[in-house]
Amino acid sequence: MAVEVHVIKSDTKPTWCPGCGDFGILNATLKAVQATQLDPKDLVVVSGIGCSSNLPHFLRSYGFHGIHGRVMPVATGIRLANPDLTVIATGGDGDGYGIGLGHFIHAMRRNFDLTYIVMNNEIYGLTTGQASPTSEKGMVTKSTPWGSIEWPVNPIALALSAGASYISRGFSGDPKQMATLIEGGLRHKGFALVDVFSPCVTYNKVNTYPFFRERVYKLEDEDHDTSDLLAAYEKAHEWGERIPIGLFYRVDKATYEEEEPALSRGPLVKQPLGLSQEQAEALIQEFR
Amino acid sequence: MPEGDVAIRIGGAAGDGVTSTGEVYAIACARSGLHVTTYESYQSVIRGGHVWFQIRAANEKRYSQGDTFQLLIGLDQQTLDVHAPLLSAPGGVIHDNDRHDLDEGILPEGVQSLPVPAQAISMDVSGKPLMQNVATLGALAHHVGLDLKVLHGSLAKMFGRKGEEIVKLNETVAERGYRHAAKQHKPFEFALRPNGEGRLLMSGHESLCLGALAGGVKLVAQYPMTPASGIMHWMAAHAKDYGVLVKQTEDELAAMNLVIGANFAGARAMTATSGGGYALMVEATGLAGMTETPAVIVEAQRVGPSTGLPTKTEQGDLQMVFGASQGDFPRIILAPRSPEECYEAAWRAFNLAESYQCPVFILTDLYLGEMWRTVEPPDFQVPIIRGLVAEDGGEGYRRYEITESGVSPRAFPGQAGLMFIAGSDEHDEKGELISDIRAGLPEYVDTRTRMMEKRMRKLETALNEMKPPELWGPEDADLTIVSWGSTQAAVRDALEILKGTGITANSLEFFDLWPLRVDEARRALEAASETLMVEGNYTGQFHRLLRAETGIALGHALRKYDGEPFYPREIVAKAEEVLRGR
Ligand SMILES: Cc1ncc(C[n+]2csc(CCOP(=O)(O)OP(=O)(O)O)c2C)c(N)n1
Ligand code: SF4
Ligand SMILES: [Mg+2]
Repeated sequence: MAVEVHVIKSDTKPTWCPGCGDFGILNATLKAVQATQLDPKDLVVVSGIGCSSNLPHFLRSYGFHGIHGRVMPVATGIRLANPDLTVIATGGDGDGYGIGLGHFIHAMRRNFDLTYIVMNNEIYGLTTGQASPTSEKGMVTKSTPWGSIEWPVNPIALALSAGASYISRGFSGDPKQMATLIEGGLRHKGFALVDVFSPCVTYNKVNTYPFFRERVYKLEDEDHDTSDLLAAYEKAHEWGERIPIGLFYRVDKATYEEEEPALSRGPLVKQPLGLSQEQAEALIQEFR
Repeated sequence: MPEGDVAIRIGGAAGDGVTSTGEVYAIACARSGLHVTTYESYQSVIRGGHVWFQIRAANEKRYSQGDTFQLLIGLDQQTLDVHAPLLSAPGGVIHDNDRHDLDEGILPEGVQSLPVPAQAISMDVSGKPLMQNVATLGALAHHVGLDLKVLHGSLAKMFGRKGEEIVKLNETVAERGYRHAAKQHKPFEFALRPNGEGRLLMSGHESLCLGALAGGVKLVAQYPMTPASGIMHWMAAHAKDYGVLVKQTEDELAAMNLVIGANFAGARAMTATSGGGYALMVEATGLAGMTETPAVIVEAQRVGPSTGLPTKTEQGDLQMVFGASQGDFPRIILAPRSPEECYEAAWRAFNLAESYQCPVFILTDLYLGEMWRTVEPPDFQVPIIRGLVAEDGGEGYRRYEITESGVSPRAFPGQAGLMFIAGSDEHDEKGELISDIRAGLPEYVDTRTRMMEKRMRKLETALNEMKPPELWGPEDADLTIVSWGSTQAAVRDALEILKGTGITANSLEFFDLWPLRVDEARRALEAASETLMVEGNYTGQFHRLLRAETGIALGHALRKYDGEPFYPREIVAKAEEVLRGR
């Protein structure tokens, strides 16, 4: 069944500020889902809390819009219950790299088969403009009126260390490339990170569209070897004049779901409930 | 203690084999058809530290570990010094006088010294001193009249996985201890009848795990914490054979949210933790409430606040569980009284969680969860009720449809035509948010009210499935002892003792705590001539709840927060005090 974009797009209108980078991510996500020909009934979009985390409402698929920072455990719970479902996890930089950072790292080292799109605007948007874990050093925000004195986290380098098996970065100013990256993530078996520069036009006056347009270049234009971990690390640390976007690293390795014995009989949701007579009798023997 | 009712205590340093010795004895008693109750006191250290294990075996059903003990196995000097003076007569101390000195001056009258050359026996049989505790166990078995064959069988069960040779050596050592006692010690007249049909022996949490399997649990997500870890260990050991996915998560936040994700997708999933871990699950409890996602949470209480006493028991988390998370939403709280009820609570919890699409708590504690007791065989044919689920492809499906019962049809991802978004923000019947651009508009102010009332109505509907308190004992009594959850054990045994004092008392026991069957509770309290509330916390958490709901103030209170379980005689003493004052 061919799935058209209009079928997976819901009637709910996004409430983002005009010009918000998250629109580009929504469009790219719709395109990527369409390209994979996924039936939307088998797709679950999971998010946390933030401007960005409203995204599930704009797709006509199943969705779970949870609480701040807990997108990963909810998404993995869904995957473990029913690996027949495709899961997109999404949310902001505060959600994923701040309050939810621990879950992010553990989900990557477990290599759950899901795609995590982080709408990284280097700021807390919904709470009206405080510093985020990706805010640059020196950035003036409502919570750092004299400039942030912290170094930002580097999500790409973090993902490389934590064991994610598909690590990429997009830019809302280039929805075409981003759609390709998301599609690649959806097709990849394992944990796929798509970190996206998604300018917050209202609260981040530093990391704007022009800021990124002047700096970003595409890894695919520079012969980057996506199977080379060390090269990927080097690219992950490029910042300043030139900032790479595209696929940093990809590797094939077993997913958690493939190695989990309880899933060897198929999805948990399709297993019979309760105990057979033999099982019950065997259990009782243990207590005699 | 009355006839046919013997408690023994084994004490030693952690690593002395106190637990395994006690377990073999408990198994042997259960296999002999006796009713067994146990209490093990352990510390939060891995080696060293003092451990003691009390095992009570009786011809008739008993509920608690009992107040006194008649036989003591002392595996170290500290045990002899500390526990021997506490023995009751007729009784004895089994000890190895080659290794320790028993000061006979500290023994109560009627308690004798029962020396066994345990180390020498072990050395003689195996060339190592390791099996000395088994030699003392043999002597113990003789004194309570256990059959040597049953003891051998119990040793085989315990040590079977170490190989046949080890089992054989253990059997020989036990037999030597047994024969030594038969020859050298004066016999006791305990009148135990250890020759009935074997009984099942299990802890509350083991029983809970069985109930969860019977109830179709498919996923268990946990972060280790005493006294809930045993649930994860048991489930992990059975995961492959019974198709359960056990996930040790990075923390309790993850465990709870993962359980919500799995339930959302349609798998019966639960988590288990203790108070500190549950504190980390509080926000997600509200998420389950708001998104109307089922979730089963075992909260195994230990002593708080904070890290508290990790290996000690308390009933101090009711208030937290009752009030956890912002705003009002329906939740169900079950507080099983016994291992048998842990089984029932587990499968019921899944049915209730799916029927009412809300978090369901099973409130246990260290005492109930970890201590072994003999139980009646569970019924494995339990009903599985999955609640309201929509048919595929329904036009105009509304996940949060406003209904009279408050329950709306669920849909599972993968079902065609029913796509919806579950949201932690307030939403309308379809699941669309009313929290941002709609917030405050008169139409949506009304929607908020209606959604809130819809959710809360589920509590009224669920009330029909909640069980009223049970009144145990004579209907007319001088005193009604009120308790909840695991305190049943000590109260029921206290009633037995009170029978002999001329006081008639009965026991009003609460186990389905929320929603509370207020009418029955009020009627029962009004019918009581005098009331005594017994619970294991400082502030009387259930006492206050009961008063708030029924408007009835209970007459007296006995509260305990020293980390130890209630002992029947404490309750008897308080009952006597209460009635003397009348
Ligand atoms: C536990 C908790 N703490 C704080 C908040 C308030 N809060 C809502 S969104 C947010 C940060 C949003 O930033 P980000 O995740 O980057 O999303 P953005 O709005 O920038 O897209 C915070 C702190 C909350 N909802 N929950
Ligand atoms: S505040 Fe920023 S992140 Fe939020 S919608 Fe507006 S532009 Fe986007
Ligand atoms: Mg942000």
